[in-house]
Amino acid sequence: MLSFILKRLAVAIPTLLILVVFSYVIMYAAPGGPFDTERTLPPEVMANLEAKFGLDKPLIVQMFNYVWNVVVHFDFGPSYVYKDQTVNDIIAQGFPVTLTYGFWSFVVATVVGMTLGILAAIYHNSWLDYLAVGISIGAQVLPNFVMAPILTLVFTLWLGWLPGGGWQGGQWQYVIMPVIALSTSFMASIARLTRSSMLEVLNANYIRTARAKGLPMRRVIFRHALKPALLPVISYLGPAFVGMITGSVVIDIYFSTGGIGVFFVNSALNRDYSVIMGITILTGALTILFNLVVDILYAWIDPKIRY
Amino acid sequence: MNTKATMYLSAAAMVLATSAMAEGTHPVTGEALSDNQTFSYRLLDQFPTLDPQLNEETEGHHAIRDLFEGLMIQDGEGNVIPGVATGYEASNNNQTYTFTLRPEAKWSNGDPVVAADFVYGWQRAVDPANASPYAWYMELASIVNASEIVAGEMDPTELGVKAIDDHTLEVNLTKPLPYFPAMTTYATMMPAHRATIEAHGAKWTDPANIVSNGAYVLTEMVLNEYHSREKNPMYWDADNVIIEKTTGYVINDVNQALTRYKAGEIDAFYPLPAGQYPTLLEQMPDQAHAAPRLCNYYYQINQWPDGKEELKDPRVRKALSYAIDRNVIVDQVLKGGQWPAYNFAHLKTAGFEVPEIDYASWSQAERDAKAKELLAEAGVENLELKLIYNTDENHKQIATIMSQMWKQKLGVNVTLENMEWKTYLGVRKSGDFDVSRSAWCADYNEASTFLSILVSEEEHNDGKYSNARYDELMEASTTSESPNEMYTEAEQILAEDMGVIPIYHYTQPMLLSADIKGWPFNNAEFNWYSKDLYRAAE
Repeated sequence: MLSFILKRLAVAIPTLLILVVFSYVIMYAAPGGPFDTERTLPPEVMANLEAKFGLDKPLIVQMFNYVWNVVVHFDFGPSYVYKDQTVNDIIAQGFPVTLTYGFWSFVVATVVGMTLGILAAIYHNSWLDYLAVGISIGAQVLPNFVMAPILTLVFTLWLGWLPGGGWQGGQWQYVIMPVIALSTSFMASIARLTRSSMLEVLNANYIRTARAKGLPMRRVIFRHALKPALLPVISYLGPAFVGMITGSVVIDIYFSTGGIGVFFVNSALNRDYSVIMGITILTGALTILFNLVVDILYAWIDPKIRY
Repeated sequence: MNTKATMYLSAAAMVLATSAMAEGTHPVTGEALSDNQTFSYRLLDQFPTLDPQLNEETEGHHAIRDLFEGLMIQDGEGNVIPGVATGYEASNNNQTYTFTLRPEAKWSNGDPVVAADFVYGWQRAVDPANASPYAWYMELASIVNASEIVAGEMDPTELGVKAIDDHTLEVNLTKPLPYFPAMTTYATMMPAHRATIEAHGAKWTDPANIVSNGAYVLTEMVLNEYHSREKNPMYWDADNVIIEKTTGYVINDVNQALTRYKAGEIDAFYPLPAGQYPTLLEQMPDQAHAAPRLCNYYYQINQWPDGKEELKDPRVRKALSYAIDRNVIVDQVLKGGQWPAYNFAHLKTAGFEVPEIDYASWSQAERDAKAKELLAEAGVENLELKLIYNTDENHKQIATIMSQMWKQKLGVNVTLENMEWKTYLGVRKSGDFDVSRSAWCADYNEASTFLSILVSEEEHNDGKYSNARYDELMEASTTSESPNEMYTEAEQILAEDMGVIPIYHYTQPMLLSADIKGWPFNNAEFNWYSKDLYRAAE
């Protein structure tokens, strides 16, 4: 297992480098630059800006300098647009916010989704099943950009229970609506995945044998059915977790949380090259990391899987 | 009146004002003041910087105006009034300005604000090492050696501004500029605190480090969430500042902002969701406002040498312009009290006399008839045009309406192409269009801020409109004491050539809590200062 983990981590480095080169080239191929505005800057002003940020050098030199600074100094450079900030500052401020609401959304989506899915499978074709399926389909068709304004309308304007946006260091009142809005559709997918996979396992021969032996239902479910039923759910949870903690631009925009998602999208629109690269590398690294975590979990759950 | 007497009088006025506020009434209007003197507003986007010399956009400027004070500032009417300077003297035929600084002006750390702080700030603005995107503003202000320094040919210390003593600042210009004092209200020309900047580098604007000289100091800053500025006790006029704390909340989505406004989370909110102003005015007549805003919306027409031959004919350009019913755009799409535009400079620009433009007084039926006649006269049939605009719902609606009007009235076929902002800027610059959407907001409240961008060699003139007489007039107007006649002639030339198609002049529809008073609705540049606001008792 250890050699497998080390091997995977070793592959991660060239993967990230390819990601950097690829993103760099695509980014520069996009028309426009960070300093283009409605007002065309005089050439001497543009030249000073380009010199300050090293954009006057050949692309290959820029790329080498960038990778060198990231690897050797762990410095992602200054933002070209937010002039008082470095990319490290932006990530240090935005990522904990996203991590917080992403983590709680993950917990809510997983706990509620799996519970709904398991109940629906056990009480297959009962009112509970129909209710669970109804909830998960309803939640699936309500994307977060629809949920967010509805939640604000109800809980902020009509009931006056929760603030309509902001983060304020992650006080609980500010976390609730982003978590509900972000977790809903993930919850629905997890519920549906758990239900169908659980149904499949419950119909397997070894479960029938366990039940025929007279084992109590609870024991059959938790001891024999749950682990194998979770395999497909776990392969979904890995990327879903990365998706949630690397930011949702919709949540950031609607709830003004100051998370990393809105920086990512704005950096692309603003051609803020260093911020684009910083967040791309962060997201890439996290994706690689959590895919590895999923693989390790697989081996732990299913003894048949060995690396 | 001698200086001493003036000081005694102003001290007495201050005592009176302070005691009035202590009793909870406004010192001038006598209105009862609320115990809660906080103010909050919505920011559409996070501003990129609070460094006055690096700032290049309006949201940042709103915050910077509270935190820093220039030589001159503006009042609620947009008039230029003394800020750090008590006044100025123009000499050498408006080429030399000598500003006298008030001795009581202080930085937030207690240091006096001296002339050298302005010299340092202005040198930062032109220093190539600092790479200010607004360095051109110092060139526009014609300060001696500004262009050479920006181009790296001279040292920043050679800029034409010097501190004669701590309270006297002399500025030398390369040409007479009657409106120079008005230009000192903008962020680029604000002073800078050298010790702070040298100690903290790019992080000097952090709340923990910043030293500023305005009515407020920065106390909190969370990117893409909010920032707060609180009353600066060191400000020279702090006794007359009523709002204790101003908070700007970043709310990207306009409908979320409206919900949060209605829930009472913010006091001021602009811009409003497109087309909703009439409804909001009906629902909240005491809170919905639409004040003039010095920006214009227009279409550029491609007149590049390799552009469409038809568009080089002024008759065709006029036909296209006449066929647009601007009232439909203003009344049916925008619905915010905007004005249909038939000339280029915003009609509320200070001192600007709106020229008589013939087609402005015609009925739309007359314009349509004339448009058809001109197109027939030019012998143009089956004209195909490529119209480009940047992706936005309002721009789309306007472009669609215009293309339908051209199709129905003139038989012109238009292909609409929208693109994301930065891509759009590049395409427009390259001239790959027949007509393209544009807008311009004033840098200062004077008509040349609009009219100068259509001069032949001007970088913003992407349609490459060119008229030698127009260029001559604009050049002459910069040094003229009474430039209005030149502006009138320039506008008439523009209408005759139809170098661009003016569509409308902006307003700024906004919502403002009924208890917030002192908003400068008559300042057409939309330059508001928290120090002029107050919250009345309900």
